[in-house]
Amino acid sequence: MPAIKQKQLYYDMVKQSAPKPRVWRNTFWAFVVGGLICLVGQFIIVFFRTRGLDVNEAGAATSATLVFLAAFLTGLGVYDEVSRFGGAGGIVPITGFANSMVAPALEYRAEGMVFGVGARLFNIAGPVLVWGIVTAWVAGILYYFFR
Amino acid sequence: MAARQKNGKQTVWFQNPPVIISAASVVGSREGEGPLGKTFDRVVYDTYYGEKTWEKAEQRMMLEAMQKALEKANIQDSDIDFMLAGDLLNQIITANFTARALAIPFLGLYGACSTMYESLALGAMLIDGGFAERVLVGASSHYCTAERQYRFPTEMGNQRPMTAQWTVTGAGAAILSREGSGPVITHATIGKVVDLGQGDPQNMGAAMAPAAADTIISHLQDTSRNPDYYDLIITGDLGAYGKKLAVQLISQNGYDISERCSDCGILIYSPSQDVHAGGSGCGCSAVVTCGYLIENLISGKYKRLLGIGTGALLSPCSSQQGETVPGIGHAVAIEMR
Repeated sequence: MPAIKQKQLYYDMVKQSAPKPRVWRNTFWAFVVGGLICLVGQFIIVFFRTRGLDVNEAGAATSATLVFLAAFLTGLGVYDEVSRFGGAGGIVPITGFANSMVAPALEYRAEGMVFGVGARLFNIAGPVLVWGIVTAWVAGILYYFFR
Repeated sequence: MAARQKNGKQTVWFQNPPVIISAASVVGSREGEGPLGKTFDRVVYDTYYGEKTWEKAEQRMMLEAMQKALEKANIQDSDIDFMLAGDLLNQIITANFTARALAIPFLGLYGACSTMYESLALGAMLIDGGFAERVLVGASSHYCTAERQYRFPTEMGNQRPMTAQWTVTGAGAAILSREGSGPVITHATIGKVVDLGQGDPQNMGAAMAPAAADTIISHLQDTSRNPDYYDLIITGDLGAYGKKLAVQLISQNGYDISERCSDCGILIYSPSQDVHAGGSGCGCSAVVTCGYLIENLISGKYKRLLGIGTGALLSPCSSQQGETVPGIGHAVAIEMR
């Protein structure tokens, strides 16, 4: 049998055998977990507001608090379980970003503070930052010419 | 002219089948809590095993498995002619650093997750070829060291597809000897690297299944045996989906192994342990072979088995550059006489 045909046949076999991703179940739990994290954030905002911060200040303080909480939970080995269960619901909020920074920081401690933690801290967050900034830059240019 | 001790294209047979005089295994907590937990010599509950790094913990596990095997055979490291071992880490540091601690002439091996069977096959050849009296073989893997090398930091939250497998934390070691009592190695079939174009590193079972199937078919053809010659045909770490594919590929070639086949990666965990498709890693086939399989050969549950170590020959670099995942499978026939 020609190699290409054999590969095509095998490709079909694999496609048939592999389980379908449980999209509905995963979407539901992503919604619940992500929603809960946002709900916690809302409580924190309200708390800071009642303590006399204005809207912007309360938002910044809430982000900092959530980042701290996620970093702390990552250190305790809990946050990866949250994302494993909640999928995008745990990855997309700012807490997921904090997790993606703290996890390599913990992991690469063994290779030293400079070439371990220092060099690899942005292993996962780096691509997000780079392409986030590039997208913002492209959007800015489009806005400048077409507003 | 064909080599004297070769059958067909890929299989060698042993004139005086080397004996597995002892075998030992050390595993992590998840493996210890699995259905085969009682068949392992030691269960380590701390992923660091009292060391500073996971790499050191893995080395300690491999060293202890080897020392335990020596202890069970009641011999010293000076009684061993060669040590053959390997693991998954870059430059096989676990095996190299373990060999540093044992003063035994050493050959490092890399066959990805097939390493245990590669070492059994080569060790048996060294002995039957008259180059050694006793050979120490082994392989190891550690969930945390493999995860950080191949995928993400361990504390990083992400969701794995159902086809993904869980790297076994554990080390297995065995001592092969020209003389002694125990199960013997009668044949070894050296696998070819087979690639049917699977590129998903999260579905390694599918990448390795064609290689496992190819080796099993070659073994049966080379030895003119039927699958029912063996009580058990067991693959290394194809996982639930890979095993299905291998059985299907083999049946397309006219052999039915579905009644007597299993997979170390499926046996080592129970479905409730949430490891998705099953176990993987060098340690998977190593600890199941050195624990459960050898134990059941000695107890008489199995008389003849064919083990196939299966390896996915990828690296993070090859995957990121868009390469497909080639697979390999080495088969070793182990019998109780």
